[in-house]
Amino acid sequence: MSERPLDEWPLWEVFVRARRGLSHTHVGSLHAADAEHALHNARDLYTRRREGVSLWVVPAASITASAPDDREVLFDPADDKVYRHPTFYSVPEGVEHL
Amino acid sequence: MVSTETSPRAEPAAARERFDAVIAAGERIEPRDWMPDDYRATLVRQIAQHAHSEIIGMQPEANWITRAPSLKRKAVLIAKVQDEAGHGLYLYSAAETLGVSRAELLDMLHEGRQKYSSIFNYPTLTWADVGVIGWLVDGAAITNQVPLCRCSYGPYARAMVRVCKEESFHQRQGFEILHVLAHGTPEQRAMAQDATDRWYWPSLMMFGPPDAESAHSARSMAYGIKRFSNDELRQRFVDMIVPQADALGLTLPDPDLRWNPERGHYDFGEIDWAEFTQVLKGNGPCNRQRLSHRRAAHAEGAWVREAARAHAAKRARRAEHEGSPA
Ligand SMILES: [Fe+2]
Ligand SMILES: [Fe+2]
Repeated sequence: MSERPLDEWPLWEVFVRARRGLSHTHVGSLHAADAEHALHNARDLYTRRREGVSLWVVPAASITASAPDDREVLFDPADDKVYRHPTFYSVPEGVEHL
Repeated sequence: MVSTETSPRAEPAAARERFDAVIAAGERIEPRDWMPDDYRATLVRQIAQHAHSEIIGMQPEANWITRAPSLKRKAVLIAKVQDEAGHGLYLYSAAETLGVSRAELLDMLHEGRQKYSSIFNYPTLTWADVGVIGWLVDGAAITNQVPLCRCSYGPYARAMVRVCKEESFHQRQGFEILHVLAHGTPEQRAMAQDATDRWYWPSLMMFGPPDAESAHSARSMAYGIKRFSNDELRQRFVDMIVPQADALGLTLPDPDLRWNPERGHYDFGEIDWAEFTQVLKGNGPCNRQRLSHRRAAHAEGAWVREAARAHAAKRARRAEHEGSPA
Protein backbone atom coordinates (compact mmCIF):
# COMPACT_ATOMS: atom_id res chain seq x y z
CA MET A 1 0.00 0.00 0.00
CA SER A 2 3.00 2.21 -0.41
CA GLU A 3 1.56 4.36 -3.23
CA ARG A 4 -1.68 5.06 -1.43
CA PRO A 5 -2.37 8.80 -1.51
CA LEU A 6 -2.46 10.43 1.93
CA ASP A 7 -6.04 11.41 1.24
CA GLU A 8 -7.18 7.79 1.09
CA TRP A 9 -8.38 5.61 3.97
CA PRO A 10 -6.85 2.12 4.17
CA LEU A 11 -8.51 -0.92 2.60
CA TRP A 12 -10.42 -3.51 4.65
CA GLU A 13 -11.70 -6.92 3.68
CA VAL A 14 -15.23 -7.68 4.85
CA PHE A 15 -16.60 -11.06 5.97
CA VAL A 16 -20.26 -11.72 6.74
CA ARG A 17 -21.85 -14.56 8.67
CA ALA A 18 -25.15 -15.04 6.84
CA ARG A 19 -26.84 -17.07 9.58
CA ARG A 20 -25.97 -18.65 12.89
CA GLY A 21 -24.22 -21.94 12.21
CA LEU A 22 -22.40 -20.72 9.09
CA SER A 23 -18.84 -19.44 8.77
CA HIS A 24 -18.07 -15.85 7.94
CA THR A 25 -17.66 -15.52 4.17
CA HIS A 26 -15.66 -12.92 2.28
CA VAL A 27 -18.04 -10.49 0.56
CA GLY A 28 -15.79 -7.69 -0.66
CA SER A 29 -13.76 -4.76 0.55
CA LEU A 30 -14.08 -1.13 1.50
CA HIS A 31 -12.09 1.87 2.69
CA ALA A 32 -12.26 3.15 6.26
CA ALA A 33 -10.11 5.15 8.65
CA ASP A 34 -10.07 2.54 11.43
CA ALA A 35 -11.66 -0.73 12.52
CA GLU A 36 -14.76 0.78 14.06
CA HIS A 37 -15.33 2.94 11.01
CA ALA A 38 -14.83 -0.11 8.81
CA LEU A 39 -17.53 -1.98 10.74
CA HIS A 40 -19.97 0.90 10.27
CA ASN A 41 -19.25 1.10 6.56
CA ALA A 42 -19.48 -2.67 6.20
CA ARG A 43 -22.88 -2.62 7.83
CA ASP A 44 -24.12 0.04 5.39
CA LEU A 45 -22.51 -1.46 2.31
CA TYR A 46 -22.89 -5.20 2.70
CA THR A 47 -25.90 -5.79 4.96
CA ARG A 48 -28.68 -3.48 3.78
CA ARG A 49 -31.02 -6.45 3.32
CA ARG A 50 -30.42 -8.66 6.31
CA GLU A 51 -27.58 -10.46 4.55
CA GLY A 52 -25.92 -11.27 7.84
CA VAL A 53 -25.93 -11.59 11.61
CA SER A 54 -22.25 -10.87 12.20
CA LEU A 55 -19.42 -8.94 10.51
CA TRP A 56 -15.65 -9.22 10.48
CA VAL A 57 -13.41 -6.51 9.05
CA VAL A 58 -9.72 -7.22 8.47
CA PRO A 59 -7.07 -4.77 7.25
CA ALA A 60 -6.29 -5.94 3.73
CA ALA A 61 -2.59 -5.38 4.44
CA SER A 62 -2.69 -7.99 7.22
CA ILE A 63 -3.67 -10.83 4.93
CA THR A 64 -0.94 -13.17 3.79
CA ALA A 65 -1.96 -15.03 0.66
CA SER A 66 -0.35 -17.91 -1.19
CA ALA A 67 1.05 -16.97 -4.58
CA PRO A 68 -0.68 -18.30 -7.71
CA ASP A 69 2.71 -19.63 -8.88
CA ASP A 70 3.03 -21.78 -5.79
CA ARG A 71 -0.17 -23.55 -6.64
CA GLU A 72 1.53 -26.66 -8.01
CA VAL A 73 3.94 -26.95 -5.09
CA LEU A 74 1.18 -26.46 -2.55
CA PHE A 75 -1.76 -28.28 -4.00
CA ASP A 76 -0.65 -30.79 -6.64
CA PRO A 77 0.77 -33.30 -4.12
CA ALA A 78 -2.81 -33.93 -3.07
CA ASP A 79 -3.56 -35.21 -6.58
CA ASP A 80 -1.82 -38.55 -6.07
CA LYS A 81 -3.19 -39.16 -2.60
CA VAL A 82 -6.57 -40.43 -3.67
CA TYR A 83 -6.47 -42.80 -0.70
CA ARG A 84 -7.50 -39.79 1.39
CA HIS A 85 -10.98 -40.11 -0.05
CA PRO A 86 -13.48 -42.75 1.03
CA THR A 87 -14.24 -43.65 -2.59
CA PHE A 88 -10.70 -45.13 -2.86
CA TYR A 89 -11.75 -48.17 -0.85
CA SER A 90 -13.85 -51.08 -2.01
CA VAL A 91 -16.45 -52.42 0.31
CA PRO A 92 -17.99 -55.90 -0.02
CA GLU A 93 -21.57 -55.83 -1.23
CA GLY A 94 -24.23 -55.68 1.44
CA VAL A 95 -22.05 -54.11 4.12
CA GLU A 96 -23.77 -51.03 5.49
CA HIS A 97 -22.88 -47.95 7.55
CA LEU A 98 -19.39 -47.74 6.08
CA MET B 1 -5.88 -6.24 -2.21
CA VAL B 2 -3.45 -3.79 -3.73
CA SER B 3 -0.45 -4.91 -1.70
CA THR B 4 -0.54 -8.52 -2.85
CA GLU B 5 -1.46 -7.72 -6.38
CA THR B 6 1.32 -8.65 -8.76
CA SER B 7 3.07 -11.97 -9.19
CA PRO B 8 6.33 -11.04 -10.89
CA ARG B 9 7.72 -14.55 -10.70
CA ALA B 10 5.40 -15.87 -13.36
CA GLU B 11 7.07 -16.75 -16.65
CA PRO B 12 5.17 -14.94 -19.37
CA ALA B 13 4.95 -17.88 -21.80
CA ALA B 14 3.79 -20.43 -19.25
CA ALA B 15 1.63 -17.84 -17.52
CA ARG B 16 0.03 -16.82 -20.79
CA GLU B 17 -0.74 -20.44 -21.53
CA ARG B 18 -2.36 -20.89 -18.16
CA PHE B 19 -4.35 -17.69 -18.56
CA ASP B 20 -5.65 -18.78 -21.97
CA ALA B 21 -6.56 -22.19 -20.57
CA VAL B 22 -8.55 -20.65 -17.73
CA ILE B 23 -10.44 -18.39 -20.16
CA ALA B 24 -11.05 -21.27 -22.59
CA ALA B 25 -12.41 -23.43 -19.78
CA GLY B 26 -14.83 -20.67 -18.80
CA GLU B 27 -13.24 -20.40 -15.38
CA ARG B 28 -12.43 -17.21 -13.47
CA ILE B 29 -9.26 -15.17 -13.37
CA GLU B 30 -8.49 -13.91 -9.86
CA PRO B 31 -6.59 -10.77 -8.82
CA ARG B 32 -3.20 -12.34 -8.18
CA ASP B 33 -3.15 -14.43 -11.36
CA TRP B 34 -0.91 -13.33 -14.17
CA MET B 35 -2.93 -11.56 -16.86
CA PRO B 36 -2.11 -9.84 -20.16
CA ASP B 37 -1.77 -6.07 -19.96
CA ASP B 38 -4.65 -5.44 -22.32
CA TYR B 39 -6.93 -7.72 -20.28
CA ARG B 40 -6.13 -5.69 -17.19
CA ALA B 41 -6.52 -2.39 -19.04
CA THR B 42 -9.84 -3.41 -20.60
CA LEU B 43 -11.18 -4.43 -17.20
CA VAL B 44 -10.00 -1.28 -15.45
CA ARG B 45 -11.63 0.85 -18.14
CA GLN B 46 -14.92 -1.07 -18.09
CA ILE B 47 -15.25 -1.52 -14.33
CA ALA B 48 -14.29 2.10 -13.65
CA GLN B 49 -16.78 3.37 -16.21
CA HIS B 50 -19.39 1.14 -14.65
CA ALA B 51 -18.60 2.38 -11.13
CA HIS B 52 -18.69 6.00 -12.27
CA SER B 53 -22.09 5.40 -13.90
CA GLU B 54 -23.51 4.06 -10.66
CA ILE B 55 -22.55 7.10 -8.63
CA ILE B 56 -23.32 9.71 -11.30
CA GLY B 57 -26.63 7.91 -11.78
CA MET B 58 -27.57 8.88 -8.24
CA GLN B 59 -27.96 12.51 -9.30
CA PRO B 60 -30.94 12.48 -11.66
CA GLU B 61 -32.99 10.44 -9.20
CA ALA B 62 -31.83 12.21 -6.06
CA ASN B 63 -33.24 15.30 -7.75
CA TRP B 64 -36.71 13.99 -6.80
CA ILE B 65 -36.13 12.76 -3.24
CA THR B 66 -37.37 15.98 -1.66
CA ARG B 67 -40.38 16.10 -3.97
CA ALA B 68 -41.49 12.47 -3.91
CA PRO B 69 -45.31 12.39 -3.82
CA SER B 70 -45.60 10.39 -0.60
CA LEU B 71 -43.52 9.28 2.36
CA LYS B 72 -43.57 5.72 1.02
CA ARG B 73 -42.27 6.78 -2.40
CA LYS B 74 -39.64 8.91 -0.69
CA ALA B 75 -38.39 6.03 1.46
CA VAL B 76 -38.26 3.76 -1.60
CA LEU B 77 -36.36 6.34 -3.65
CA ILE B 78 -33.83 6.95 -0.88
CA ALA B 79 -33.24 3.19 -0.61
CA LYS B 80 -32.80 2.96 -4.36
CA VAL B 81 -30.35 5.84 -4.58
CA GLN B 82 -28.42 4.39 -1.63
CA ASP B 83 -28.22 1.07 -3.49
CA GLU B 84 -26.68 2.86 -6.47
CA ALA B 85 -24.01 4.31 -4.17
CA GLY B 86 -23.41 0.76 -2.96
CA HIS B 87 -23.09 -0.51 -6.52
CA GLY B 88 -20.48 2.13 -7.16
CA LEU B 89 -18.54 1.01 -4.09
CA TYR B 90 -18.67 -2.71 -5.00
CA LEU B 91 -17.35 -1.84 -8.43
CA TYR B 92 -14.60 0.53 -7.25
CA SER B 93 -13.42 -2.27 -4.95
CA ALA B 94 -13.39 -4.69 -7.87
CA ALA B 95 -11.37 -2.22 -9.96
CA GLU B 96 -8.90 -1.75 -7.12
CA THR B 97 -8.02 -5.47 -7.18
CA LEU B 98 -6.44 -4.68 -10.57
CA GLY B 99 -3.93 -2.30 -9.02
CA VAL B 100 -5.54 1.11 -9.43
CA SER B 101 -6.33 3.19 -6.35
CA ARG B 102 -9.73 4.61 -5.48
CA ALA B 103 -8.29 8.13 -5.55
CA GLU B 104 -6.88 7.65 -9.04
CA LEU B 105 -10.23 6.39 -10.30
CA LEU B 106 -12.09 9.37 -8.86
CA ASP B 107 -9.50 11.75 -10.30
CA MET B 108 -10.01 10.24 -13.73
CA LEU B 109 -13.76 10.72 -13.43
CA HIS B 110 -13.42 14.28 -12.17
CA GLU B 111 -10.97 15.22 -14.90
CA GLY B 112 -13.12 13.66 -17.61
CA ARG B 113 -10.45 11.07 -18.48
CA GLN B 114 -12.86 8.21 -17.86
CA LYS B 115 -16.47 8.14 -18.94
CA TYR B 116 -19.76 7.21 -17.37
CA SER B 117 -22.94 6.07 -19.09
CA SER B 118 -24.30 8.89 -21.23
CA ILE B 119 -27.87 8.12 -20.13
CA PHE B 120 -27.29 10.11 -16.95
CA ASN B 121 -26.74 13.29 -18.91
CA TYR B 122 -30.47 13.60 -19.50
CA PRO B 123 -32.58 15.61 -17.04
CA THR B 124 -35.38 14.25 -14.83
CA LEU B 125 -38.12 16.77 -15.56
CA THR B 126 -41.09 15.22 -13.77
CA TRP B 127 -41.88 12.56 -11.14
CA ALA B 128 -42.75 10.19 -13.98
CA ASP B 129 -39.06 10.28 -14.98
CA VAL B 130 -38.25 8.50 -11.74
CA GLY B 131 -40.63 5.73 -12.79
CA VAL B 132 -39.23 5.52 -16.31
CA ILE B 133 -35.65 5.42 -15.04
CA GLY B 134 -36.47 2.40 -12.88
CA TRP B 135 -38.34 0.68 -15.67
CA LEU B 136 -36.16 1.47 -18.73
CA VAL B 137 -32.76 2.60 -17.42
CA ASP B 138 -32.46 0.00 -14.66
CA GLY B 139 -34.13 -2.48 -17.03
CA ALA B 140 -31.44 -1.86 -19.65
CA ALA B 141 -28.75 -2.00 -16.96
CA ILE B 142 -30.04 -5.40 -15.84
CA THR B 143 -30.02 -6.70 -19.41
CA ASN B 144 -26.38 -5.64 -19.63
CA GLN B 145 -25.40 -6.84 -16.20
CA VAL B 146 -26.91 -10.32 -15.97
CA PRO B 147 -24.39 -11.77 -18.45
CA LEU B 148 -21.60 -9.97 -16.57
CA CYS B 149 -22.30 -12.22 -13.57
CA ARG B 150 -20.41 -14.85 -15.65
CA CYS B 151 -17.60 -12.50 -16.64
CA SER B 152 -14.13 -14.06 -16.65
CA TYR B 153 -12.77 -11.76 -13.94
CA GLY B 154 -13.81 -13.08 -10.52
CA PRO B 155 -14.15 -9.86 -8.49
CA TYR B 156 -16.18 -8.17 -11.26
CA ALA B 157 -18.46 -11.18 -11.66
CA ARG B 158 -19.06 -11.39 -7.91
CA ALA B 159 -19.85 -7.67 -7.70
CA MET B 160 -22.35 -8.09 -10.53
CA VAL B 161 -24.14 -10.94 -8.75
CA ARG B 162 -24.69 -8.65 -5.80
CA VAL B 163 -25.74 -5.74 -8.02
CA CYS B 164 -28.21 -7.82 -10.04
CA LYS B 165 -29.95 -9.05 -6.90
CA GLU B 166 -30.59 -5.44 -5.92
CA GLU B 167 -31.52 -4.18 -9.38
CA SER B 168 -34.73 -6.15 -9.66
CA PHE B 169 -36.22 -4.03 -6.89
CA HIS B 170 -35.21 -0.91 -8.80
CA GLN B 171 -36.90 -2.04 -11.96
CA ARG B 172 -40.10 -3.06 -10.22
CA GLN B 173 -40.50 0.09 -8.17
CA GLY B 174 -40.12 2.14 -11.35
CA PHE B 175 -42.64 0.02 -13.18
CA GLU B 176 -45.07 0.40 -10.29
CA ILE B 177 -44.71 4.20 -10.24
CA LEU B 178 -45.51 4.29 -13.95
CA HIS B 179 -48.37 1.85 -13.64
CA VAL B 180 -50.02 4.05 -11.02
CA LEU B 181 -49.52 7.18 -13.14
CA ALA B 182 -50.68 5.46 -16.33
CA HIS B 183 -53.91 4.51 -14.59
CA GLY B 184 -54.38 7.86 -12.87
CA THR B 185 -55.82 11.17 -14.01
CA PRO B 186 -55.41 12.29 -17.65
CA GLU B 187 -52.60 14.61 -16.50
CA GLN B 188 -50.78 11.76 -14.77
CA ARG B 189 -51.19 9.56 -17.82
CA ALA B 190 -49.80 12.28 -20.05
CA MET B 191 -46.88 12.70 -17.67
CA ALA B 192 -46.09 8.98 -17.85
CA GLN B 193 -46.29 9.01 -21.65
CA ASP B 194 -44.13 12.11 -21.93
CA ALA B 195 -41.41 10.60 -19.75
CA THR B 196 -41.53 7.37 -21.77
CA ASP B 197 -41.21 9.40 -24.98
CA ARG B 198 -38.09 11.14 -23.70
CA TRP B 199 -36.27 8.11 -22.26
CA TYR B 200 -37.00 5.38 -24.81
CA TRP B 201 -34.31 6.25 -27.34
CA PRO B 202 -31.59 7.13 -24.82
CA SER B 203 -32.25 3.80 -23.09
CA LEU B 204 -31.65 1.94 -26.38
CA MET B 205 -28.35 3.84 -26.69
CA MET B 206 -27.25 2.46 -23.32
CA PHE B 207 -26.09 -0.73 -25.06
CA GLY B 208 -23.45 1.22 -26.94
CA PRO B 209 -22.74 1.64 -30.64
CA PRO B 210 -23.77 -1.01 -33.18
CA ASP B 211 -21.52 -4.08 -33.25
CA ALA B 212 -19.86 -3.02 -36.50
CA GLU B 213 -18.62 0.20 -34.88
CA SER B 214 -17.93 -0.97 -31.37
CA ALA B 215 -14.24 -0.41 -30.73
CA HIS B 216 -13.67 -2.78 -27.82
CA SER B 217 -16.33 -5.44 -28.33
CA ALA B 218 -14.30 -8.13 -30.10
CA ARG B 219 -11.50 -8.15 -27.57
CA SER B 220 -13.90 -8.14 -24.62
CA MET B 221 -15.74 -11.11 -26.10
CA ALA B 222 -12.50 -13.04 -26.68
CA TYR B 223 -11.49 -12.44 -23.08
CA GLY B 224 -14.84 -13.58 -21.73
CA ILE B 225 -15.51 -10.14 -20.24
CA LYS B 226 -18.48 -9.62 -22.53
CA ARG B 227 -20.70 -12.58 -23.42
CA PHE B 228 -23.14 -10.97 -25.86
CA SER B 229 -22.74 -8.16 -28.38
CA ASN B 230 -24.26 -4.69 -28.01
CA ASP B 231 -26.85 -5.40 -30.69
CA GLU B 232 -27.85 -8.75 -29.20
CA LEU B 233 -28.41 -7.16 -25.80
CA ARG B 234 -30.31 -4.23 -27.31
CA GLN B 235 -32.63 -6.66 -29.11
CA ARG B 236 -33.17 -8.62 -25.92
CA PHE B 237 -34.12 -5.38 -24.16
CA VAL B 238 -36.58 -4.28 -26.86
CA ASP B 239 -38.22 -7.72 -26.80
CA MET B 240 -38.60 -7.37 -23.05
CA ILE B 241 -40.07 -3.85 -22.88
CA VAL B 242 -42.63 -4.03 -25.68
CA PRO B 243 -45.06 -6.28 -23.77
CA GLN B 244 -44.32 -4.32 -20.59
CA ALA B 245 -45.31 -1.07 -22.31
CA ASP B 246 -48.53 -2.78 -23.39
CA ALA B 247 -49.22 -3.77 -19.80
CA LEU B 248 -48.71 -0.14 -18.78
CA GLY B 249 -50.95 1.08 -21.58
CA LEU B 250 -48.15 3.36 -22.79
CA THR B 251 -46.84 3.77 -26.32
CA LEU B 252 -43.16 3.47 -27.17
CA PRO B 253 -42.27 6.40 -29.46
CA ASP B 254 -41.05 4.27 -32.33
CA PRO B 255 -43.22 3.99 -35.47
CA ASP B 256 -41.04 1.14 -36.81
CA LEU B 257 -41.61 -1.06 -33.80
CA ARG B 258 -43.32 -4.28 -34.89
CA TRP B 259 -43.11 -8.01 -34.37
CA ASN B 260 -41.09 -9.80 -37.00
CA PRO B 261 -42.27 -13.42 -37.08
CA GLU B 262 -39.37 -14.50 -39.28
CA ARG B 263 -36.74 -13.25 -36.87
CA GLY B 264 -38.81 -14.05 -33.81
CA HIS B 265 -37.97 -10.56 -32.52
CA TYR B 266 -39.34 -7.04 -32.58
CA ASP B 267 -37.97 -4.81 -35.31
CA PHE B 268 -37.27 -1.29 -34.14
CA GLY B 269 -36.34 2.04 -35.68
CA GLU B 270 -33.03 3.66 -36.49
CA ILE B 271 -31.22 5.08 -33.46
CA ASP B 272 -29.93 8.65 -33.77
CA TRP B 273 -26.23 7.90 -33.23
CA ALA B 274 -25.33 11.53 -33.88
CA GLU B 275 -27.14 12.41 -30.67
CA PHE B 276 -25.31 9.63 -28.83
CA THR B 277 -21.96 10.93 -30.06
CA GLN B 278 -22.82 14.47 -29.02
CA VAL B 279 -23.81 13.41 -25.50
CA LEU B 280 -20.70 11.25 -25.23
CA LYS B 281 -18.56 14.22 -26.26
CA GLY B 282 -19.96 16.23 -23.38
CA ASN B 283 -22.70 18.12 -25.18
CA GLY B 284 -25.73 16.44 -23.64
CA PRO B 285 -28.27 18.44 -21.65
CA CYS B 286 -26.65 17.81 -18.23
CA ASN B 287 -23.02 16.74 -18.76
CA ARG B 288 -21.52 19.83 -17.15
CA GLN B 289 -23.98 19.85 -14.29
CA ARG B 290 -23.33 16.18 -13.44
CA LEU B 291 -19.56 16.51 -13.38
CA SER B 292 -19.46 19.81 -11.54
CA HIS B 293 -21.88 18.50 -8.91
CA ARG B 294 -19.73 15.39 -8.53
CA ARG B 295 -16.54 17.45 -8.15
CA ALA B 296 -18.18 19.75 -5.63
CA ALA B 297 -19.49 16.82 -3.56
CA HIS B 298 -15.99 15.34 -3.50
CA ALA B 299 -14.39 18.62 -2.48
CA GLU B 300 -16.99 19.24 0.20
CA GLY B 301 -16.35 15.78 1.62
CA ALA B 302 -12.61 16.39 2.00
CA TRP B 303 -12.89 17.56 5.60
CA VAL B 304 -14.82 14.39 6.53
CA ARG B 305 -12.10 12.18 5.08
CA GLU B 306 -9.43 14.17 6.90
CA ALA B 307 -11.32 14.26 10.19
CA ALA B 308 -11.90 10.50 10.16
CA ARG B 309 -8.20 9.92 9.53
CA ALA B 310 -7.18 12.31 12.31
CA HIS B 311 -9.62 10.65 14.71
CA ALA B 312 -8.29 7.21 13.84
CA ALA B 313 -4.70 8.38 14.34
CA LYS B 314 -5.56 9.92 17.71
CA ARG B 315 -7.23 6.74 18.91
CA ALA B 316 -4.30 4.65 17.74
CA ARG B 317 -1.85 6.89 19.65
CA ARG B 318 -3.98 6.77 22.77
CA ALA B 319 -4.25 2.99 22.60
CA GLU B 320 -0.46 2.77 22.31
CA HIS B 321 0.05 4.89 25.43
CA GLU B 322 -2.43 2.93 27.47
CA GLY B 323 -0.95 -0.29 26.16
CA SER B 324 -4.39 -1.73 25.53
CA PRO B 325 -6.36 -2.24 22.35
CA ALA B 326 -8.66 0.62 21.41
FE1 LIG C 1 -27.06 0.14 -10.02
FE1 LIG D 1 -30.36 0.42 -10.22
